Amino acid sequence: MPLPYYVSPEQMMQDKAEYARKGIAKGKSIVALEYQGGVLILAENPSATLNKISEIYDRIAFAGAGKYGEFERLRKEGIRYADLKGYAYGREDVTAKSLANAYSQVIGNIFSMEIKPLEVEILVLEVGEGSGPNELYRIAFDGTIMDEKDYATIGGQAEELKLFLRDKYRDGLSVEEALRLATRSLEAAASQKVRAANLEVAVLDRGRAGRRFRRIPVAELRQLMEKEGDAAP
Amino acid sequence: MNVSFDFSETGSSFFDLLRERGPSLLPQFAVETTERREGMPQVPMGTTVLALRYRGGAVIAGDRQATEGYQVASRRVEKVYAADEHSAIAIAGAAGPCIEMARLFQTELAHYEKIEGMGLSLEGKSNKLAQMIRANLPLAMQGLIVIPIFVGYDVRRDEGRIYKYDLAGGRYEEADYHAIGSGGKDARATMKKLYRAGMAEAEAISLAVEALYDAAEEDTGTGGPDFVRRIFPSVKLVTREGFQDIPEERVASLCEEIMTARKSAREG
Repeated sequence: MPLPYYVSPEQMMQDKAEYARKGIAKGKSIVALEYQGGVLILAENPSATLNKISEIYDRIAFAGAGKYGEFERLRKEGIRYADLKGYAYGREDVTAKSLANAYSQVIGNIFSMEIKPLEVEILVLEVGEGSGPNELYRIAFDGTIMDEKDYATIGGQAEELKLFLRDKYRDGLSVEEALRLATRSLEAAASQKVRAANLEVAVLDRGRAGRRFRRIPVAELRQLMEKEGDAAP
Repeated sequence: MNVSFDFSETGSSFFDLLRERGPSLLPQFAVETTERREGMPQVPMGTTVLALRYRGGAVIAGDRQATEGYQVASRRVEKVYAADEHSAIAIAGAAGPCIEMARLFQTELAHYEKIEGMGLSLEGKSNKLAQMIRANLPLAMQGLIVIPIFVGYDVRRDEGRIYKYDLAGGRYEEADYHAIGSGGKDARATMKKLYRAGMAEAEAISLAVEALYDAAEEDTGTGGPDFVRRIFPSVKLVTREGFQDIPEERVASLCEEIMTARKSAREG
């Protein structure tokens, strides 16, 4: 009978992390940017129907990079969590912080207990009430949760995007400027032009009442991108 | 450690989710486990709500009074709610369960839309509401009666539609108008005389206000316009553009018009 072989916990975690990283690196990237009127989320996504960005609750949005099936399950579960909480308490009591924590627990558990870790990275974003601050949370494949400011990036080229945005980001962007900055960061990372048809864009619009989440349809996106083209020097 | 944020597969329905994960949150309220007897505290009752179709959509309206037996429980109850962008619900019956049912239904529609990435069809919405009433059937047998009218703008068929329900969850589409509640019969009588197919928006709104006015005159449980406290019936529209609230001042001036017209008719 062969002896069960021993693998040190460090080795096992390292292997799992490497596996998850490889999976995510294959996926396309997502950028979330704070602008004057809210939070803009932009994903490279050739599919018009398989969304990477979604509404969770009144002021909360979700974005997932990596394996579609896996972050889709996380997304649905997040909506269930938020709706149940909002129904049991009040609408203001549903916060990105508690949702991000719940995600972090679940993803972290799967990472340490299951053989196959989730190959996903997700963003949980909340637009502030009135002039209150926005909240951007990034949750990695091992459940690590990071509280980001100004911008957050996930997916295969998250690091490149972050480097680009670190130099170029400034406060008080308009929605067009935020869109331009986000597309330019994607173009810089991929070193090729991106087309409106390959983008999925949504905003958490501070100015709206009730449900702040709004998808920007491709036609409107084209217009916005043309407008930004004119504005560019 | 038990993290109940688990991945059991539930569908797209919030109602089912609530049944599974939070049955205590289901609208059961102060459920009377014993039979209702004489002398027991009465449940506040909502009173007259109505809906009618017009050229550009549908009007849905209701009075604002809730009664407990022969007492007024509240003068400012809202009985008409937006269910989502293109539909609205008005409920007659025990006030508490009515408000809860409206809130549950709103969450249900938004939940489905978020999970599935697109909203339910109007047919689907009205059907879901019927299932919710059916689930309330045991309570209805004990006297906690909750009956809604549901209106929506069917964006696929490009018209307003009205659905009425019965206690057992039966669902019927109404072609022109409908009213329910203790003053429903009186409101229906007014609409029966004055309703015309393909009315304009303004006509439809004033007919709704007039029908509620008549219901309040004939039925003690229905509240009329209150010029002292400035409380007027709530009137809403569902159109292609979406749900729309008719401002209180406009309803107030319509009520005044009706009063003046009737006064001058009496004085000859």
